[in-house]
Amino acid sequence: MKASHIEVLRLEASRLPRRAGVGFKPEHFLAIDIEPQPVGFFEVHAENYMGAGGPPHAQLARLRADYALSIHGVGLSIGAMQPLDRTHLARLKALCERYQPESFSEHLAWSTHDTVFLNDLLPLPYTEETLAVVAAHVDEVQTALGREMLLENPATYLLFEESTIEETDFLADVARRTGCGLLLDVNNVFVAATNHHLDPWAYLARFPLDRVREIHLSGHSETVDDHGAPLLIDSHDTPVRDPVWSLYEEVIGRIGPVATLIEWDNDIPEWPVLRAEAEAANALLLDTVARQVA
Amino acid sequence: MKNSVITLALAGSLASALATLAVTSAQAQEKEKCYGVALKGQNDCAAGPGTTCAGTSKIDYQKNAWKLVPAGSCMTMKTPKGMGSLKQGPAPT
Amino acid sequence: MAIITQASFATALRDETAPVPHGLAAWNGEPSPRRFAVYRNNVAASLRQALAERYPATERIVGAEFFAAMAGVYVAKHPPRSPVLLSYGTDFAEFLAGFEPVQELAYLPDVARLEAARGNAYHAADAAPLAAALLAEIDARYLEEAMLLPHPSLCVLRSPHPVVTIWEMNAGRADAQPIMEWRGEDVLVVRPRMTVEVHRLGAGGAAFFTTLVQGRPLGDAACAATAEADDFDLTAHLALMLASGAFTAIRL
Repeated sequence: MKASHIEVLRLEASRLPRRAGVGFKPEHFLAIDIEPQPVGFFEVHAENYMGAGGPPHAQLARLRADYALSIHGVGLSIGAMQPLDRTHLARLKALCERYQPESFSEHLAWSTHDTVFLNDLLPLPYTEETLAVVAAHVDEVQTALGREMLLENPATYLLFEESTIEETDFLADVARRTGCGLLLDVNNVFVAATNHHLDPWAYLARFPLDRVREIHLSGHSETVDDHGAPLLIDSHDTPVRDPVWSLYEEVIGRIGPVATLIEWDNDIPEWPVLRAEAEAANALLLDTVARQVA
Repeated sequence: MKNSVITLALAGSLASALATLAVTSAQAQEKEKCYGVALKGQNDCAAGPGTTCAGTSKIDYQKNAWKLVPAGSCMTMKTPKGMGSLKQGPAPT
Repeated sequence: MAIITQASFATALRDETAPVPHGLAAWNGEPSPRRFAVYRNNVAASLRQALAERYPATERIVGAEFFAAMAGVYVAKHPPRSPVLLSYGTDFAEFLAGFEPVQELAYLPDVARLEAARGNAYHAADAAPLAAALLAEIDARYLEEAMLLPHPSLCVLRSPHPVVTIWEMNAGRADAQPIMEWRGEDVLVVRPRMTVEVHRLGAGGAAFFTTLVQGRPLGDAACAATAEADDFDLTAHLALMLASGAFTAIRL
């Protein structure tokens, strides 16, 4: 145990600025590049920058020169019970070496089975067995990349009867065993809590907030399930909803300012809309600092 | 294979080609964007690509696909017989 | 208590007729096919969407609804084997060529090939195009022996259909109008810097560029082009060769 602890200390720590950032979309490049933007960092999906060259890399290199960068993987399938895809891990390593991001993060989810990529963040049961596998995978990622990674809590729609561990405890255990940081997606907390008839505040109370290095904020859509119960979808296609802002204020009130991402992946609006959301988050972050000082 | 006709043709044509280039390259430079901007990325991935229609998809495309008839611009594009000018159904409005 | 393997979860995800794995439930312990359908739909819809984004002209030609149905069949038969989706669907044209409901649209696979070439060029490695001055410096006697290194984004396509005309009309590049002369079009796709460019080739042009791409010298390329088309315009194609940025270096 001691040896692995020393190993962990050598990993490069996540070091995003404690400000609001925005998920970068290529259609916003011109609007962003025209003047300095009031955002602390940009985040990109790793898999979109795994081509050999072209506009994606030209744009990312340009942004990287002026802003802090978070690389967010959406395809590593850390929650798969099969071994990690070493080829993909090597691609991530090359990408991190090329752009030297301030942070690398991935999801507590799986997306590949056998060799088929399912292109969604799929849920896993929380048991001692899955905990051991996820922790081993996180360990492998951190060792390969030579850096601390952040693991994100998922938005889920169904529960596994076989689960024996609370999601919050599961994440805390992975973080404790591997030394990884956590990415707290507050929208996912609200979505999952609503879907499972749980209290999001209670979830946050159990969440290992001391491990949180980044927060995600995004919008969701609403529908109903077979029984007429509310079913929220993590659709990233609307402004951040009010209850999510409230939860966010509570979190930063407790842990102080932390890097906060505005995520918008579908029905993407014009750049000023995203910038305004980032400015709203920045205002809340500054309030927190002011209150801490006072 | 040495071919004096080709050698001569190449040299002459290259000289003419270079002359036309001098005129067009400045325009090309101007048009060239540095970042390939204003285009959506090709096949961008999204995190947790939930869609608003999630869970409400009612059409079983896979079973019915063979019955479907293309109904896009192929309906209105004027093409010769046998080249995909479809007669079925009304043209889209 | 049911233990759900990821194999059974994956199978149920990809087969809409398969039952939802036993042991997955809503908050009240009840099974909920609608909740499972969210995952099913995310997988299928996102992959159909990836194809639609890569093949917008093809989608426009058959219509969005038909395209979604057709893409669904493709996705079921050829799921992605990599999380890097930017190369997903590269062989869509081959699928279309064998897909019965579009057999009447004989030109459709070639339109898809053109769109695939554009996508590949977009993500290809960057390389500075050959400076025309370098070629000008070569002694005329050695010109026919010069070999050219193709740009990583370069692709030459030949079609018995007016594929560029059809693509332009369905990609918002040209107004839709009747195609009076249905003749084949050959095309050169290249991204010399950051913009993917599509050039129609004149008679013999495809033979000229294909020969060069094969690593054979300029003299051979000119011969091959002339052999195919009496009216091959060497000057125009040399100019295009240099202006398009289709090559990056000369080897003598």
